[in-house]
Amino acid sequence: MTEMNTRPKTYWQHMVVDWSADKEAFKVNWGKVMMWLFLVGDTFIFSIFLIGYMNVRMSATEAWPLTSEVFALVVGGHHIPLLLIAIMTFILITSSGTMAMAVNTAYQGNKKATFWLMVTTAILGASFVGLQAYEWTKLIVDEGIRPWGNPQGAAQFGATFFMITGFHGLHVTGGVIYLAVVAYKVKRGHYDKKGFQIVEITGLYWHFVDLVWVFIFAFFYLW
Amino acid sequence: MTHIAVADQEPELHHPRTFIGKYIWSQDHKVIAIQYGCTAIFVGLIALVLSVVMRLQLGFPDQFDFINPNMYLQFVTMHGMIMVVYMLTALLLGGFGNYLIPLMVGTRDMIFPYLNMLSFWFYFLSVLVLLASFFVPGGPTGAGWTLYPPQSILEGTPGSGLGIVLMLVSLAIFIIAFTMGGLNYVTTILQARTRGMTLMRMPLTIWGIFTATILGLFAFPALLVSAIMMLFDGLLGTSFFMPAIVSLGEATDFEGGSPILFQHLFWFFGHPEVYIVALPAFGMVSDVLSIHARKNIFGYRMMVWAIVIIGGLSFVVWAHHMYVSGMNPYFGFFFATTTLIIAVPTAIKVYNWVLTLWQGNIHLTVPMLFAIGFIFTFTHGGLSGLFLGNVVIDMPLSDTFFVVAHFHMVMGVSPILVLYSAIYHWFPLVTGKQLNTRLGMIHFWGTFLGTYAIFLPMHYIGFLGVPRRYYALGDTSFIPDSAHALNANMTIAVIIVALFQLVFIFNLFWTMKREPKSKINPWGAASLEWHTPEVPPGHGNWGKELPTVHRWAYDYSVPGVVQDYIPQHVPDSDVVYESGFDPSTSKREPT
Repeated sequence: MTEMNTRPKTYWQHMVVDWSADKEAFKVNWGKVMMWLFLVGDTFIFSIFLIGYMNVRMSATEAWPLTSEVFALVVGGHHIPLLLIAIMTFILITSSGTMAMAVNTAYQGNKKATFWLMVTTAILGASFVGLQAYEWTKLIVDEGIRPWGNPQGAAQFGATFFMITGFHGLHVTGGVIYLAVVAYKVKRGHYDKKGFQIVEITGLYWHFVDLVWVFIFAFFYLW
Repeated sequence: MTHIAVADQEPELHHPRTFIGKYIWSQDHKVIAIQYGCTAIFVGLIALVLSVVMRLQLGFPDQFDFINPNMYLQFVTMHGMIMVVYMLTALLLGGFGNYLIPLMVGTRDMIFPYLNMLSFWFYFLSVLVLLASFFVPGGPTGAGWTLYPPQSILEGTPGSGLGIVLMLVSLAIFIIAFTMGGLNYVTTILQARTRGMTLMRMPLTIWGIFTATILGLFAFPALLVSAIMMLFDGLLGTSFFMPAIVSLGEATDFEGGSPILFQHLFWFFGHPEVYIVALPAFGMVSDVLSIHARKNIFGYRMMVWAIVIIGGLSFVVWAHHMYVSGMNPYFGFFFATTTLIIAVPTAIKVYNWVLTLWQGNIHLTVPMLFAIGFIFTFTHGGLSGLFLGNVVIDMPLSDTFFVVAHFHMVMGVSPILVLYSAIYHWFPLVTGKQLNTRLGMIHFWGTFLGTYAIFLPMHYIGFLGVPRRYYALGDTSFIPDSAHALNANMTIAVIIVALFQLVFIFNLFWTMKREPKSKINPWGAASLEWHTPEVPPGHGNWGKELPTVHRWAYDYSVPGVVQDYIPQHVPDSDVVYESGFDPSTSKREPT
């Protein structure tokens, strides 16, 4: 075989070469591989949550509450549906933007910018959780919705809503802590020798949490 | 910044100095493996005792006052759950996975040792929570190991209070532990192999553990989610799985939930779980058969693809556990078809094991006996699975002892025979001592013949229609007296088999205390784990330099070669040929 034939050309040839190589299957840092694996597993968790939600919503014996009513905010005497959730979604998507910028600056070696961008991301994440707490309070206190019951119809509405948004909220909270720790370590120079892949790995997790939110948003607020 | 493969990086090892750092909060994969192994064997023994008590009741009803109907159900439940999750999964993946992966792929430790340590301690915590349920008011749950709602959380089922809560919490902790370990196993195999170790040179043990761990990472989420939902149903009064229902004469507050949803979620985990247990066993038995028959494994590539295909298919067969739950007949047809398709790669594996033995130089050592025993029990269990995979045959056999006999043969006895085989096989590596052969022979024949004495008659009474999970059969016209006599026979067989397991436990202690140090690599194995500079392997496994791999793990009885095996790390230039043999005439394909 000539040199030309052995060099991979297409995507598939690259993949075959990578997977039949020794040492490693992916030419990337192992932490990234581990995070991807974890996220695929986590995708299964959220998928099953959402499939369970669809199932109980379809099999519920009572009517599902009107989402445009339940999730509306009253501003100046007007019912504005989805206002709060639009703000929350905007905040979370913005935080993904700052996270992406942090990854970029980290690979450029700009530790100060990375630190502040990660802190911004964490603050945006924390304010998302804060708004979620506000939304929960509104549903529980003002509208009387509980995990086990709901004056406006099917009890499963409260059960699935609190369970799934709660599980997502825990992911965001965990992410905020993770971001804070990594940002602190970046500032301290902990990764100067090892390289800054950790920022990208943290970013993978953060983007995943955002992506999950898009699905939760679609299934709970738009359906 | 350029990327450097793990195998090419400078070793970064922290040698712990204190006793606690070395043996308690250890980050060394070998110590963690032994911690996992001992804990799993300990809970396995508890589950063994539970099964003996159950059988006493079934064989001799009304003879033992200390077993009441509630306790019987609790013992059935805990026996099943402990054996499947806390013993088999933990011992195969946490124990053997941890020990063998870094040694067999040639790396110094798991890729993320700290997480690996946490994995064990979470597992330990889950075991403690599980065992705590024996001591709470109401006792452990008696809902059956499948924990089907509504009965699992309704009053009237034993352990419907704290018992089921502790069970679900313990499962959730176990899943966290498994995820931490599993991420390590998969990433280590993918990213930290040594020079020359391609995926297609890995021993089948590693392929089995690798695929099973991926199954676990994707299947356990279903169990986690259903455990969370059921906890909410039980504690908060939500109605995910609970329909409007009258319990003990009183209407409950539940409304509109779906018990079938739980069954789907449970079996979406439960069926891959069967293969989480089976695939590592398939891998280990392949290696043992090849080594002790001094012959390369027959059809290595086919074996690898069979493992991968079985793993993939295991996600699309789950509803064959639910034919009697009420399902659209078209779904039944679909799931019956996928179930029967799994028989094809599985049969490929069985044929390849037999063909590995064919014309091999079979050494009937203790590990080999257990491995050959496995081929028998697995074939029997697999064949009865073909019956149950068909909807029309499953309908009358469902919830009879035929099902119990089937799954005990295929995923109880078979993986346990492989586990014994693996323990006898790798004991000289782990401890430097070979388990006493005479005691091992006694242990094998008692276990192998004894399990047949238990489970062959069980198929028969299942055909008669004797239902499972019944405390006592009472006077029923369709159950002849011979079935009662068989039940008594099976119970006696169970007691005998249980006693033979004591021989094994005794052998462990006897060997550690009395037997002399064994030869290094006593079986003449070619795979990497037997070729460390020290035996048992030291911290960091490989001394200064990682080994370089030049061949697959199955070069046994190579024509013209003086030694009857060539270790994986020996280059072609160092192979010693018989005088007058010209290796260039050999037609072997490079591996």
